[in-house]
Parts: sequence; structure tokens; C-alpha cells
Amino acid sequence: MTQSVIVQVGQCGNQIGCCFWDLALREHASVNQKGIYDEAISSFFRNVDTRMVGDGGSISKGKICSLKARAVLIDMEEGVVNEILQGPLRDVFDSKQLITDISGSGNNWAVGHKVFGSLYQEQILEKLRKSAEHCDCLQCFFIIHSMGGGTGSGLGTFLLKVLEDEFPEVYRFVTSIYPSGEDDVITSPYNSILAMKELNEHADCVLPIDNQSLFDIISKIDLVVNSGKLGTAVKPKSLVTSSAGAFKKQQEKPFDAMNNIVANLLLNLTSSARFEGSLNMDLNEISMNLVPFPQLHYLVSSLTPLYTLADVNIPPRRLDQMFSDAFSKDHQLIQADPKHSLYLACALMVRGNVQISDLRRNIERLKPSLQFVSWNQEGWKTSLCSVPPVGHSHSLLALANNTCVKPTFLELRERFMRLYKKKAHLHHYLQIEGMEESCFTEAVSSLSALIQEYSQLDATKSMPMEDLPRLSVAV
Amino acid sequence: MSIVTVQLGQCGNQIGFEVFDALFSDSHCPQGLCSKRENEAYQASCKERFFSEEEHGVPIARAVLVDMEPKVINQTLSKAAQSGRWKYGQHSCFCQKQGSGNNWAYGYSVHGPRHEESIMNLIQKEVEKCDSLSGFFIIMSMAGGTGSGLGAFITRNLQDQYSNSLKMNHIIWPYGTGEVIVQNYNSILTLSHLYRSSDALLVHENDALHKICAKLMNIKQISFRDINQVLAHQLGSVFQPTYSEEGSSHYRRNPLGIDWQVRPPLSGAPTLGKMSANKNLHFNTSLANLVILRGKEVHSADLGGFKDPALYTSWLEPDNAFNMWKTQRAFNKYEKSAALVSNSQFLVKPLDMIVGKAWNMFASKAYIHQYTKFGIEEEDFLDSFTLLEQVVASYRNL
Repeated sequence: MTQSVIVQVGQCGNQIGCCFWDLALREHASVNQKGIYDEAISSFFRNVDTRMVGDGGSISKGKICSLKARAVLIDMEEGVVNEILQGPLRDVFDSKQLITDISGSGNNWAVGHKVFGSLYQEQILEKLRKSAEHCDCLQCFFIIHSMGGGTGSGLGTFLLKVLEDEFPEVYRFVTSIYPSGEDDVITSPYNSILAMKELNEHADCVLPIDNQSLFDIISKIDLVVNSGKLGTAVKPKSLVTSSAGAFKKQQEKPFDAMNNIVANLLLNLTSSARFEGSLNMDLNEISMNLVPFPQLHYLVSSLTPLYTLADVNIPPRRLDQMFSDAFSKDHQLIQADPKHSLYLACALMVRGNVQISDLRRNIERLKPSLQFVSWNQEGWKTSLCSVPPVGHSHSLLALANNTCVKPTFLELRERFMRLYKKKAHLHHYLQIEGMEESCFTEAVSSLSALIQEYSQLDATKSMPMEDLPRLSVAV
Repeated sequence: MSIVTVQLGQCGNQIGFEVFDALFSDSHCPQGLCSKRENEAYQASCKERFFSEEEHGVPIARAVLVDMEPKVINQTLSKAAQSGRWKYGQHSCFCQKQGSGNNWAYGYSVHGPRHEESIMNLIQKEVEKCDSLSGFFIIMSMAGGTGSGLGAFITRNLQDQYSNSLKMNHIIWPYGTGEVIVQNYNSILTLSHLYRSSDALLVHENDALHKICAKLMNIKQISFRDINQVLAHQLGSVFQPTYSEEGSSHYRRNPLGIDWQVRPPLSGAPTLGKMSANKNLHFNTSLANLVILRGKEVHSADLGGFKDPALYTSWLEPDNAFNMWKTQRAFNKYEKSAALVSNSQFLVKPLDMIVGKAWNMFASKAYIHQYTKFGIEEEDFLDSFTLLEQVVASYRNL
């Protein structure tokens, strides 16, 4: 069994991270009734005997003593991290695994990346090494951050290079929150594009998410929950956004519901690696199957169902609806429409009481309405995990490597160009040591090259499928 | 004569468990529909082949379990132990912490050499427990990383180390519409490598098994457990003791001994659970067929139809190509049952399809970087393609 380390960077990253750990504890609590520290729980948590002083005290088996999250918390402002450390989850975090500063990055990628990067490089390395040492077999670093700000965007992507150099064998999965259209940070296009270059070059896999989509999903759920239609009582704990039963007793903050969706995403992504099932899927399989070319590693995700109806008997139609929803543009976590774009590869990760025949039936049913690239017509990767998420009897996470990410990138580039043409706010960046205009132009070309690749693939969409001539051999 | 089974990867281990369970259940079935002495001889033969005896314990399967991550092996061991009727050896498994990631190259080039010694030692230990070894039965899937890549590596090692023993690889052909996106690459690499070191490839297609569950057995929600149980049932009806045609007084000594005339290519296995109806074989030319009959009236069964020259390729005599084994002892309480193991053109179409899809993907170079990362170059792919095209052509020419 392998372990993963979560690195949460910046305000957004840490807030999401907090929701993630809360949900992870809940999930393991509901599965692990006997309180024995097993391999599943060890993937995200250490078992520590807190009576021991110093760094020792890791217990590998037996009863759970005190769980410590395998996490590194980084923020250049103290507000969010302090709140976490004073909240109900304070005991879950190892106080030595934090890096904070006071001044913040001022929504400036260059400050995050260049200034704080060099300032904290040693410390960052030290904390990462420590967390790796605590792992028996470290498989993956999950980085959670936003693209539009300064710390998450700048320092978060600085980290990627460090991780690549220091731990080349360990996967780097990045969950990136992209700025929405009406983002209130004016310089978010600059920050995002500068960060994109780093993601292109140093991440193994990126899961882009945007706030607008999360918000739309929440509106949808609210609509159903509050509609009070007869016979459609929704089980309260089953909302993909819910914090019901959470350890955090304080008042729910406005972003909590949205962050919970992302937390669910991460848990579902790793469920088949942690829990048993008839067709397991480990994290290294995600990269292997969904990344046909190294630079095309952006995966669009969708989670279904968003809620479970109180109705206990789920007829197959409901199950099939779960699969259909996974491909609808309303359920994607970024503004994208995979159905009308080209699929390079698709993964379906199912949890709960679903069997291979249900999976096959739905793939057969949905295949005709989806377009796959010519060399990957049956580009499906599937997994079945027996353990459902908390509050649901089954769930589905769909990961698509699809050209529908292109519009997001195009828009980002457009917003960037609008600012850059006027050289607006550029001086804030250029005054930082190490920053030149070439950083900007290189970043834009990197993005343009990526967009170009997607466009080329899109162009093959309507071409007729030709079977290439095979090798002819003498018998 | 004993068989040592090597279960590789998630698929191999899940299936292996069902196979041993089916073999055990059948051999301990009280209603053998034959004399007590007959039943005892059957049981003893089955036990010698597949299980070893501990002093005061339950029979231990003659198996080595290999996987690169622990979840499945743990499950398999506990399922066997729970049944209380048979179990796996305590030290018969080899496990690592991180899987092969569906990457054939990783299974073959990284896990293989790294763990070669440990795994071969385990196999050696199991072999030493046998009075006489008749061969190896290696269960693996083609689509994943461990079963396929590591399986190919281990088979080559077995060829080097035990060149006189028969090696039969049991291959699971994945569903046509992907379980794994790179399954076609993994499959062609596996098949081409096994071709050079295995003696026989026994194939089960997931699609075919799925259809059996759906159409013949009417299971509504088919799980992998159902599929594996059908598979185990078919294998059991082939591997359980039988008499050869000459009707000796002892059970056939070599359960894996299949006398193929030609250098063993792929052997297809559409096996039947019930009395076989007249099969429509006009389009399917065979190299060899083996029919196994169990139960009542086996001696009076007329199998002349199987000797029809039209079934076989022109350069073979039906008498040489057809074999029949039988026993009065019923299998799994079926009054009569029959199994057919066939080396024919049956698998040409699926093989051709896999090669075609892999070729299309290869032309675009998709995913190749994942393989070259671990030492499998484009050259290796081309070699595999060439070999398999030759196989397809050879079979087509029958």
C-alpha cells in the first residue's frame, strides 16, 4: 500500500485542504469501525503516540492512537493556517509541518514564486523530506492551490520544480482552482498564465476546477433540496457538498460547500487505491492511461451523484442516470462540454454496489454519443471500488482527457492579452528580482503551444476513420 | 504428477482462488455418480495434483501468489482461510507495496529483474514439495501491468530454469471496450513474449464469459466473481482427473499433457458445461481438438462427428488431431458434462482486432513515452507486431 502527501498552498489551497482532511477522517471513521490503524488509513494519516517527545512515536499497527495528516501547510499569510490550528482539526496537523509568513504575496505570482520561493526553499525541502521519510512507500504528492492569487499560484508552482528534482519518482498531481470570469483579483490572468507554464512543465497530472462551475453545482443542489417535491426527500448527509457530521462545528463559511466538492473529488480519486474492489485502480494507473502525450495532462472531472434520494431501492435506471450525468456539462467541475468535444481518454471510477455488468451496459449505451480520437476509439479505463463514499450507496468519478479544456485556456489567454497589451500592472511584477518581460512572453507561448496541440486534435474530429495499412509478413 | 500454479496480479489471484475452490468442491462432492473406490481414486488424484498435505491441517494449494501491491493477495488469502476447507501456504506469496500501474514495461523491466530471485525461490520451494512435477499453470491477464509484464518475465525464467516441464499460461483476454486504455499495447507485448517461452496458451475472453453469464445463466447484475466462477468451472472440468482413450486403470498421469503436433501456437478454449450440441464449425478450421466427457454413459458416447476431416486442416489426419478423455465420475454433480479444448482459428478474429487497434495507436505514438521510460523501445513494439502478424497469417492459412 502506498502513501500520499497533500501539500496545501495559499488561502484557497488551505481552505480546501481543511475540508479534505475533515472528509477523509469521516470516511475512514465510517469504514474503520474497530479503530485499528490499517493500510487504507495509512495512505493519508500517520499513527502517532503523542506521549512520546520529539519526532518519534510513529506506530505502524494496532489501535489508532492519534492520527496525524500527511500534510504540509504553506501560506504566506497567517490567517487561514492559524484558524485551522485553532479549530477542531488542530490535532490532526503536525505543528512542525507548516511554513507561514506574515506579509502575504499581494496577489503577485512573482512574489510567491521568486521572493518566497528562494526565501523558503530550504525550509520547504526540509518539511517535504520529513513527510516523505514518514512514508513507507510514497507514491504521490497532491498539490492544492489556486491559480489566480500570489501564494498558491506562485509558491505553489515553485514547489513543483522542487518536487521534481528532489523526488523524481513520485507523482505530482495538482488540483488547480482557475479564476472565473468575474474574478475580483485584477491580476489573476497574469498569475494564472505564469503558473500554467510551470504546470505544463512540471506536473504529471492537473485537475483544473473553476469556482463558477462549483457554484452552479451548489445552486442545482439547493434547488432540489429546497424544492420540497413530494417523494424526493434528499438524505441530508448525502450531499456532495455537505459538512453534516463534520468535526468543524463552527458556522459554515461561504466557500465550504464548494470546497467540499473538491474534497470529494480527491477522496474518490484515491478510493480505489485505498480500499478493496474487484477492479482496482492505483494512482500510477491514472497517469499511465489518461496521459497519451506528456504535455496533454489536463483532466476534466465530474462527480455524480450530487445527492442521494432517501429512496432506498435504487432501480437500475437511477444507476444509469448517474452515468449519464457524469457526461453532462452541468456536472463538470470546469466550464466545459466534453460531449461536444473530442475525447482522448476517459476513466470511470465507480464506488459502491456497482458491478461490471452495470459499467459495461452504460459504456455501451453512452459510447455512440461521445467522440473519441481515432487512435483510441475504446479509450476507457474503469475501476470498481467496493467501499462507497459516506452517505451514498454508490458514486462515480469521471476523468476525461478531452479537448473541451481548450476554451478555458483560450479565455485565459484572452484576458491576459487584454491586460498585457496595455502593460497594466506589469511593473508590480517586473520590479521583482528575476522577473523580466521574457517570463511573460515565454509563458504565453507555452500556453499557445498547448492550445495548438488541442486544436490539431480537434481538427481530426470530423475526419473519416481510416485503418492504417498493417505490416505484411511472409509466412 | 503435480501442477504448480502461479497466480499473477489482481486478475490472476482472483481467478486462482476460484479455480482452487472449484477443484476442491468438486473433488469432495459426495455424489460422484460412481463407485466409492472410483471416487476415492479421483479425489486422491485431484489432491495430488493441486494440493499438498500438512500434518494436521487442511490441504494447502500448490500455488505461488504474486502481486505488486498487497490488497488483492490479502483478500485472497483471507477468503481461502475463511472457508476452512483449504488454504494457501503461509509463505507462498510475494507482494510489494506499489503496483505496476498498468504498465507492461514496468512489470517486465523493473519489477521482473528486481524481484526475480525472490519469486523464483518461492516457486522452487513449491516445486520441491511435489513428488513429481508435471508442469506449471500460470494465471495472468493481458491488459494490466503485473499479470502481463511480470507474467511474461517469469514465464521466460521458468523456461530457462525448468525447460523440461510443461508451461501452460492461462490468459485472460480483456473486454473489447476497454478495461484499460493501453490494454492493446500490453496484450501484444505479452503475447509476443509468451510465444517465445510458453508451451501452451489457454485463453478465456472476458466478453465470452460475460455472455455466458448473461445469456446462458441469466444473471442480472454480473460481477467479476460470477465471471471468475464460470471460468473456474470450465477449467475444473478440463483439469480434473480423467482416463485417456486407451482406458488405463489409473487416472491419466499428466493433466497438462496435450499432444500438439505442431509447435504450440495459441490454443483456444470455448468450453461447454453441458452436453455439446452440434457445433457449426464449417468456418473454423482446427489443428487439434480435445473432448473431455464426464458422467454417465461416457463409454457409449459417439464422437465420430469430431473426426470429420472437414474440421481439420488439410495436412492433418483427424485421427491424430482428435483426442478424447473420459471418466465416469461426474463433475460438480452434473449427470453428464463435456468440455472441449480446441486449437483452431477461433481466436484469429480477436487477435487480429487487438493487433489492429494497437497498430493504430502505435502509429500516432500515443502512450509510447510511458513505455520507453522503462526501457521498452519502439523496436520492441515492432518486433511484437511482426511476430503476431505472422501468427495471424499462419492460422489464416490453415
